[in-house]
Amino acid sequence: MIRNEHAHSGNLVTRRRLLQQSVHGGGGLLLANGLRGSSALAASDESRKAAPTTPTAKSVIQIFLWGGMSHNDTWDPKPESGRDYMGEFGKVISTNVAGTQLCELFPELSRQADKYALIRSMTHGNNGHETAAYLMQTGHQPGERLAYPSVGAVFALLRGRDYEGIVPPYVVLTKPQGRFSEEGFLGPMFKPFATGGDPNAARFQVEGVVAASISDARQETRRELRDDIDTLSKQLAANSQIVDAMKAKQQAYDLILGRGREVFDLEKEDKSLRDRYGRHTFGQECLAARRMVEAGVPYVVINYPGGWDTHKNHFQQMRRQVPALDQGLATLLSDLSDRGLLESTVVWCCGEFGRGPKVDWQPPWNGGRNHYGKVFSVLVAGGGFKGGGIVGASDQKAEAVADRPVYPVDLLGSIYALAGIDVNARLPHPLGLDARVLPAPSDTVQSGGLLTEIM
Amino acid sequence: MKSSLWCLIAASLALPYHPAIANEKPTRAAEPPLYESSTPPTTRSEIDRLVLSRQSAAGIESALCSDSVFVRRAFLDVIGTLPTADEARTFIDDPDLEHKREALIDRLLERDEFADYWAMKWGDVLRIKAEFPVNLWPNAAQAYHRWVRSSIAENKPYDRFARELLTSSGSNFRVAPVNFYRAIQNKTPEGITSAVALTFMGTRTDSWSKSQLAGTAIFFSQIGYKPTAEWKEEVVFWDPLKVVAQPGNLAPGSAVPGAASSAIDEDSDVTADEVVQSSSANPSVVAIFPDGTTVPLDSSKDPREVFADWLITPQNPWFAKSVVNRVWAWLMGRGIIHQPDDIRDDNPPCHPELLAYLEEEFVNSGYDLKRLYRLILTSNMYQFSSISQQSAAQAEVNFSAYPLRRLDAEVLIDAINKITGTTDLYTSPIPEPFTYIPRDVPAIALADGSITSPFLALFGRSARATGMADERNNEPVSAQWLHMLNSSHIQNKLENSNRLKTLFEQRRKPQETLEELYLTVLSRRPSTAEVSRAIPAGKDAKLNRIEWIDLTWALLNNTEFLYRH
Repeated sequence: MIRNEHAHSGNLVTRRRLLQQSVHGGGGLLLANGLRGSSALAASDESRKAAPTTPTAKSVIQIFLWGGMSHNDTWDPKPESGRDYMGEFGKVISTNVAGTQLCELFPELSRQADKYALIRSMTHGNNGHETAAYLMQTGHQPGERLAYPSVGAVFALLRGRDYEGIVPPYVVLTKPQGRFSEEGFLGPMFKPFATGGDPNAARFQVEGVVAASISDARQETRRELRDDIDTLSKQLAANSQIVDAMKAKQQAYDLILGRGREVFDLEKEDKSLRDRYGRHTFGQECLAARRMVEAGVPYVVINYPGGWDTHKNHFQQMRRQVPALDQGLATLLSDLSDRGLLESTVVWCCGEFGRGPKVDWQPPWNGGRNHYGKVFSVLVAGGGFKGGGIVGASDQKAEAVADRPVYPVDLLGSIYALAGIDVNARLPHPLGLDARVLPAPSDTVQSGGLLTEIM
Repeated sequence: MKSSLWCLIAASLALPYHPAIANEKPTRAAEPPLYESSTPPTTRSEIDRLVLSRQSAAGIESALCSDSVFVRRAFLDVIGTLPTADEARTFIDDPDLEHKREALIDRLLERDEFADYWAMKWGDVLRIKAEFPVNLWPNAAQAYHRWVRSSIAENKPYDRFARELLTSSGSNFRVAPVNFYRAIQNKTPEGITSAVALTFMGTRTDSWSKSQLAGTAIFFSQIGYKPTAEWKEEVVFWDPLKVVAQPGNLAPGSAVPGAASSAIDEDSDVTADEVVQSSSANPSVVAIFPDGTTVPLDSSKDPREVFADWLITPQNPWFAKSVVNRVWAWLMGRGIIHQPDDIRDDNPPCHPELLAYLEEEFVNSGYDLKRLYRLILTSNMYQFSSISQQSAAQAEVNFSAYPLRRLDAEVLIDAINKITGTTDLYTSPIPEPFTYIPRDVPAIALADGSITSPFLALFGRSARATGMADERNNEPVSAQWLHMLNSSHIQNKLENSNRLKTLFEQRRKPQETLEELYLTVLSRRPSTAEVSRAIPAGKDAKLNRIEWIDLTWALLNNTEFLYRH
């Protein structure tokens, strides 16, 4: 693991700054009433008079390239390193930011480089899918006693209470990762709402919201019938459990028959814009994510359809998948920017790790790349992140961090900072155990400091 | 007595279906209440005496539930399985009012599903899960579950069950109970102590003093873990000399030369090294039991055995108490000490005499769990109606009403599948190759918490990360309603169900079909009001397929179906 002296001092400064930025740092209660474990509700220990800086990020779109996308073949190409490292993608292309180059597979993103920054020194050293996915999305070390919630669940908790939309505050397009429980110890209320369905299909059948075969009239008939024959609950109408359940049911119907479902109706979009996003699942997921951001949803995750775990057939798979990623992501950034939403929306895109810089030409891999957590790349944009920059660098062959390591707590800490979430705030653990949004730097938790150079 | 009237009604219901009964619009008085019995509660057992005497002192009157409520409740509580229409009908129509409830409990306690269902509950406590965060690995999780399930099936005395879990040594594949020590995220002596205290003492070490924790941890400071040449096999053993911690000391047959822990690759647990290094193997060391008594450790005896023998003595203040309280909480929705794993001095039981009585009975029976279940389930108190005149909180601490609880995720999907004759796919995406479970295995019989489905995750199945009682979460959230009301998953089951299709298409009067449907879903016959709501008036009234499906949908979304009541 790479550590340097600057990392720690830098972190102290930015930590203080973070507290000053935080709207929750002033000692107020963090959470709305009604959450279980209310005894655990507490303000930051280090709460102090906070400068009322307005957070810049209202929403976050996380594009998770699960399986782990190669950094060499995408956002950190090393044309000098030869075929053993570059494999079949020897060429690089220039971008609209002088000095920034991408692998040749990204013509669209190369035209939007002023809108995003690339972190080329992301590192955690963990090569297991589920442990690295946990680390990248919680900031906590796997193997601790507590199973922490993902960053999306933390947003649902801390930002969800100001959010009055009908669409749930934490949405996953289209399927959960299944590698860890996103809600952690926060419980099922903070589980992401997974849409299911395919936004690129003729009708985006959002699971539970849009059922193709059932007309609105039939929905109404059913609902009436259900209420009429719900004999037991009439006798238990005052029971608090029934009251809570019926409230939750009302929320569900606001989505099924109310305004909520319109958010998912991509037919409301201009045809040509839909084409620009790309008529593939990922492109339309990006479009759906933008519609949710417009509706105020605090946190949207796109779990990349298909995944990037390219041990074998790596180069074929990259040729097949990257164009969709390039098109969807580039259009998302330009569309958000055109609508003035980019400044209030963080977009971050990466996998749980990168892939081995040196190609495995031997059987059984036959030109594959394996898991690699020592160094990899992340794209961040919007919501207060400045575009056009490059953070850190990997070494000549993209095998290790050469400059300015960025650890999971630095990346997530920066996103939290932009959203005005105090990383030192206590999370409501059901047993009242001391659980914070992010761990403080320690022997096991390394930090290179927040991404102040692009904030 | 009212009971003679009740006999008559029961007898008339026992007759073959007679549409005239439904269509004659009988007066309200002739229709028995759906949910309550007209028989007043009596004192059948010591539990009843203890509960009822407190109630009469508080001026509370409870009613007993009806037979149809009871049959459904008993099936769900004892075997986690919905009764079939025939099982419900047979019980409801059984004229032996004096004995049939007790007899049903006895039959259910002997069913195979009893072991499945309770192995599921114990699986939560014992954290039977292959993957993150406890990382037992698939074949060890299966072996562990099999051992737990067969212990329950053979009704192994609970003291032996606990002792085997605490003292076993050997391979995680071959000596299944050793997995107790592997299913712990934090495998330091203190972390193990916390797991032991939570599991067998129902207490959280967060509420212990530092010295209490450190003193007890000494019993668990000599546990070694080492790999073998077989993939993911691990031997748990008494390691007083800390052989696994010696640099260069290869585990016999270790595939990878070097430290034992390096053979555990990307999913490395907290290494055994840390455990053994954290306390010295001083043979004259003195350990401290959680109650404060000290014991010098004999270097010729595994200290885990010393601890286990202390734990399972009848005088132990935690052991019997925690398990009777846990079983009570499972059956009655709330522990006499609440939460059931938070026993401490400043969290007193809401009914100390009741708890003491159960403890005494349990110890005297030789730690017989099935007898404990029977003791609770055959009481009159267990038959209380869920419809209470008091506030839910008040009823809860007085045990004066059966508490309403949403069905557990596994029980709910099994019930839906049973009604529709469909199945769900349970898989684990890690490690590759993926695990798939045969379609006919019900969710309550799944061995491994990593083997799951989106439905189980959505409805709050336990994550099996900590073994805490509240890891299983049955709170209602709107996403669950979206799923029940409007998902393709549920809709496809209704549309594609051959079982329902057969039911709807049989040449019968719609009232007969309706009765069968109600017995299938709600384990009772419909009331007159429900019949007239479901079936339009008129002689040739019929429902088409879509109307039947919608009616079934409405019943599946009924409080009465979704909840234990």
